[in-house]
Amino acid sequence: MTRFLEFAGRPFVFFIEECGSILLLLLSTISWMFRPPFRFRVIFKQMEFVGVNSVGVVLITGAFTGMVLALQTYHGFRMFGGEGLVGATVALSMTRELGPVFTALMVTGRVGSAMAAELGTMKVTEQIDALNTMSVSPIQYLVMPRIIAAILMLPVLTIISDFVGIVGGYFVGVNLLKINSGIFMAKIIDIVELDDIFNGLVKAAFFGLILSLVGCYKGIYTIGGAEGVGRATTQSVVLSSILIFISDYFLTAVMF
Amino acid sequence: MIKLIKITKSFNSQKVLDELDLKIDPEKITVIIGQSGGGKSVLLKHMIGLIMPDSGQIIIDGIDITNLNDKKLNEVRKKFGMLFQDAALFDSMTVGENVAFPLNEHTRLSRKKITKIVDDKLNLVGLENVTNKMPSELSGGMRKRAGLARAIALDPKIVLFDEPTTGLDPIMRESIDKLIVATQKRTKATFVVISHDIESSFTIAHKIAMLYQGKIIAVGTPNEIRSSNDSFVKRFIKDLRK
Ligand SMILES: Nc1ncnc2c1ncn2[C@@H]1O[C@H](COP(=O)(O)OP(=O)(O)O)[C@@H](O)[C@H]1O
Ligand SMILES: [Mg+2]
Repeated sequence: MTRFLEFAGRPFVFFIEECGSILLLLLSTISWMFRPPFRFRVIFKQMEFVGVNSVGVVLITGAFTGMVLALQTYHGFRMFGGEGLVGATVALSMTRELGPVFTALMVTGRVGSAMAAELGTMKVTEQIDALNTMSVSPIQYLVMPRIIAAILMLPVLTIISDFVGIVGGYFVGVNLLKINSGIFMAKIIDIVELDDIFNGLVKAAFFGLILSLVGCYKGIYTIGGAEGVGRATTQSVVLSSILIFISDYFLTAVMF
Repeated sequence: MIKLIKITKSFNSQKVLDELDLKIDPEKITVIIGQSGGGKSVLLKHMIGLIMPDSGQIIIDGIDITNLNDKKLNEVRKKFGMLFQDAALFDSMTVGENVAFPLNEHTRLSRKKITKIVDDKLNLVGLENVTNKMPSELSGGMRKRAGLARAIALDPKIVLFDEPTTGLDPIMRESIDKLIVATQKRTKATFVVISHDIESSFTIAHKIAMLYQGKIIAVGTPNEIRSSNDSFVKRFIKDLRK
C-alpha cells in the first residue's frame, strides 16, 4: 500500500516542485522588470511573434468553434422552441470560455513551444551562458519580453476569436439554419454583458502569462543537447495546457 | 589577477573540483590542461561566476566573487571576455551584430564608432566580409574567430577560452593557436585557455597548469613541465598524448 502511494505520489510531488520553480522564475522576472535598460524593441519584436503571427490560426479556430457551437445548440434548443437563444449561447460561450481557452491552447502550440525550443537551443549551445558573461541578464533580455508580449497579446487575440466566433455562429444560425436575424442579435445584446467579455480577457491575459512562463522555464532549464530541446518543447506544451485547464476552472469559480 | 582558493564543487554526488588552488599570472597565457570530462569547463566557468563553488573563494582583482549580488557580479564580469567551446554566437543575429552586442549593451558609442570597432575586431581575428553573414553560414574555425572578436570587443583585461581548438582540423588548429598568441601580444590581456591538447599547450602557454581528479597537480612553464622528472606529470602527459 505504501509502495503504491509512493508510486502514485511521485509525479504529484514532482508537479508541485516544478510549479514552485516556475513561481520562482516569475518572481525573478518581476524583480528585473523595474530595472533599466527597458528593452522596448525586444518586446515589440516578441509582440509581433506572439500576436501578429498567430492571427491566422486564431481566425480559423475561432470561426469554426462558433459555427459548430451554433450547429450543436440549434438541434438541442429546437426541441423546446428555443432557437432564438442560439446566438446568445454562442456569444456567451465564446466570450467567457471558448475564446480565451482555445486561443491560449493554439498559442501554446505555436508560441509556447517555440519559446521552449528557442531558449532551449540557446541554453544547450551556451548562448545563455554567453549572455551572462557579457553582463546581460537572460531573464531580463529573454524571459521578460516574452512574458510581457504574451500577457498583452493574448487578450487581443481573444477578442478576435470572440468576434469571428460570433460571426461564424451568425453565419450558420441565420444563413444556413434560417434563424431570424433580428432575434439572434437581440438576444445576444440582451444576455451578454460587458463583464462577460472583460472577464474572458482577464483569463486570456492569465493564460498568456502561463504559456510564456512555462515555455521560458522549460527553455532556460534545458539539459542534454538536441534531444533535451525536443523534450523541453513537448513538456512545455503539455504542462502549459494542463495549467491552463486547471487555472481556467479556478478563475471561472472566482470571477463569474 | 585571478586566484582560486580551495574550490570544491560537486554535481549530485560526483566531486568535480576538490579543494583546488590556482593562481593565474596577469598579462600572460595560462593553459589549464586535463582529460575530457575532467572538469575543465566547470573550472573555467567558476572564474567568471557562471558556476558557484560549494566552498572556497574566487578572487578577481582582490574581490571575492562568490558572495556578490547580480549587480556587483555583472560589474566584475565586464573585465572578462569569454570564448565558448562552440563559440556560442547568437544565431538570431548576424556576425556583425554579435560583435556589436557587448558594445551596444555597455557603451554609449555612436553607431558609426561601433561599426568601426566591429570591423577592427573582425580584422584582428582574420575575418573579412562576414559582417552581414549569419553564424550558421560560417565554418567551425570562422565561428571561433568571430566568437573571439565578440569576446574582445570591450577590450577586456581577462579572456577565457574553452577548448578553442577542439573539433578543428590540424591546419585550422595551428592558425587558431597563432591567433591566440598574436592577440595576447597585442592586447596584453590575461588569457586563460583550457585544452586537452598537450602539443598546442606547449606552443602557446607561458604557464601550464595540470588538472587531475579535481586538483591542480602541477604548474610550470612549458619547459619545466616537459622536462619534469615527476613520474606523475610524465604519466599525465603520456596519457594525454594517447
Ligand atoms: N551543470 C552540470 N550539472 C551536472 N553535472 C555537470 C554540470 N556541468 C558539468 N557536469 C559534470 O562535470 C564533469 C566535468 O565536466 P566538464 O567541466 O564539462 O569537463 P571538461 O573537462 O571536458 O570540460 C562531467 O562529468 C560533467 O558531466
Ligand atoms: Mg569542456
